[in-house]
Amino acid sequence: MNTTDQPGTPGRTDSPIHISGLHKRFGALEVLKGVDLTVARGEVVVVMGPSGSGKTTLIRCMNLLEEPDAGTVAVCGCSVECGDRARRRERARQVREIRHRTAMVFQQFNLFPHLTALGNVAEGPLSVRRMPRADAEALARRLLDRVGLADKAAEYPARLSGGQKQRVAIARALAMEPEVVLFDEPTSALDPELHAEVLQVMRELARDGMTMVVVTHEVEFAREVSDRVVFMDGGVVLEEGPPREFLSRPAHPRAQAFLRLVAHDLPEQGADGDGPDKPTRWEQAS
Amino acid sequence: MDLIVRDFPDLLRAMGVTLLLGVVSFVLGCILGALVGLARISRFRLLKGLAIAYVSVFRGTPLLIQIMLVYYGLPQLGILIEPIPSAILALTLYAAAYLSENFRAGIIAVDRGQWEAAHSMGMPYWRMLRRIVAPQAIRVALPPIGSRFIALMKDTSLASAVTVVELTRAAETIGSSTFRYMEAFLVAAAAYWLINTALSLGQGALERRLGRAYA
Repeated sequence: MNTTDQPGTPGRTDSPIHISGLHKRFGALEVLKGVDLTVARGEVVVVMGPSGSGKTTLIRCMNLLEEPDAGTVAVCGCSVECGDRARRRERARQVREIRHRTAMVFQQFNLFPHLTALGNVAEGPLSVRRMPRADAEALARRLLDRVGLADKAAEYPARLSGGQKQRVAIARALAMEPEVVLFDEPTSALDPELHAEVLQVMRELARDGMTMVVVTHEVEFAREVSDRVVFMDGGVVLEEGPPREFLSRPAHPRAQAFLRLVAHDLPEQGADGDGPDKPTRWEQAS
Repeated sequence: MDLIVRDFPDLLRAMGVTLLLGVVSFVLGCILGALVGLARISRFRLLKGLAIAYVSVFRGTPLLIQIMLVYYGLPQLGILIEPIPSAILALTLYAAAYLSENFRAGIIAVDRGQWEAAHSMGMPYWRMLRRIVAPQAIRVALPPIGSRFIALMKDTSLASAVTVVELTRAAETIGSSTFRYMEAFLVAAAAYWLINTALSLGQGALERRLGRAYA
């Protein structure tokens, strides 16, 4: 359990994320069919599910990058009633507030290619938090150091490896000093040998008590780091529970089938001598 | 040769006028073009419709007619504009129609993930455009914008139709008074070429500068 309170975060509520009755359709395709999810402060929730299950859409609804058709998204004390066209202006303010309090790490990193690693991390503090440049850059340097990339501050993203890019992206997310960090398949675009460095940074973040929602297929990460695994399929949450229970004894047949696919290399093969703190295997079904 | 020497001050002044027309209408055209380009991708239907209509009209009619409409046509409505401002107005409106499409191409070439990353920080729209989208869009739009600048420089010759003494008009005047048309127009052509060579060198330098991050 990661129940240590993040120092400096205002304790607005004990569940920074509270989602209920969420529906989302893209044209004829109904992607979310009524999802409820509550995430407690300091909790690390892993969302798993087959491709097309709605897990990415769900996490993108949490900071309203996707606008749900119906339901309520309440994040860090800001509540948005979806599907209500009337109160656009007020909602725009709520949405901005939610985005200030959350940060997202993307599958494709989405680093700003025209800015250096330092510039990427400092951009949010400069542009959104209106910090003086010197303070923003000092913060960015501290965060780059925290993700182990202090020496890459002056490099442009084009010169970084995928794993380094994603670590810069995590530093960029932290620079917003968010209450919640949302990870959308943070290792799926990386070569297998680069997963570990990113997962290690995430693991440290969890240990520091950050509230995290992570869409991932990383079974080992879920087992070691998460407090709860949520399994989605067909636009609904089929099953959820503590990682050890869910990962070793999933109740639902579709969860069983899914886990057989993503966790095809179970412990006996994973003898590559890494310590218990390091992920020893990764999801290879892509 | 003595022709060039004798008429050199006139030609130089005319070259100055050509530069003035080209540079001023390019700068104004860029500002207007950027706004039209943004309107073109706006989710507000009215703005988008207006932008489409604007591009359609100013790109779909000859520049010469636009210039003459401003200088000879508007006085009928009681609007009198001097020759040089008339030419600049028409050139600006015309260039903006093309430039807006260059800007639009640049903006839509910026990866959707860039907008999402900025959105997810809660970055305000105009700040996001300026800090994140514009620097990447300009890099993509620079080659066609450079071509448009060069084309515009040559299009300034049409201002001669409304009595502006720029390079083309000056060459014509010198030619008709000396009957040395060949020399006069060749010198004018060389002057255009010089200006445009300088422009493309500048464009190249700018492209290298903007491309540094991507090397």
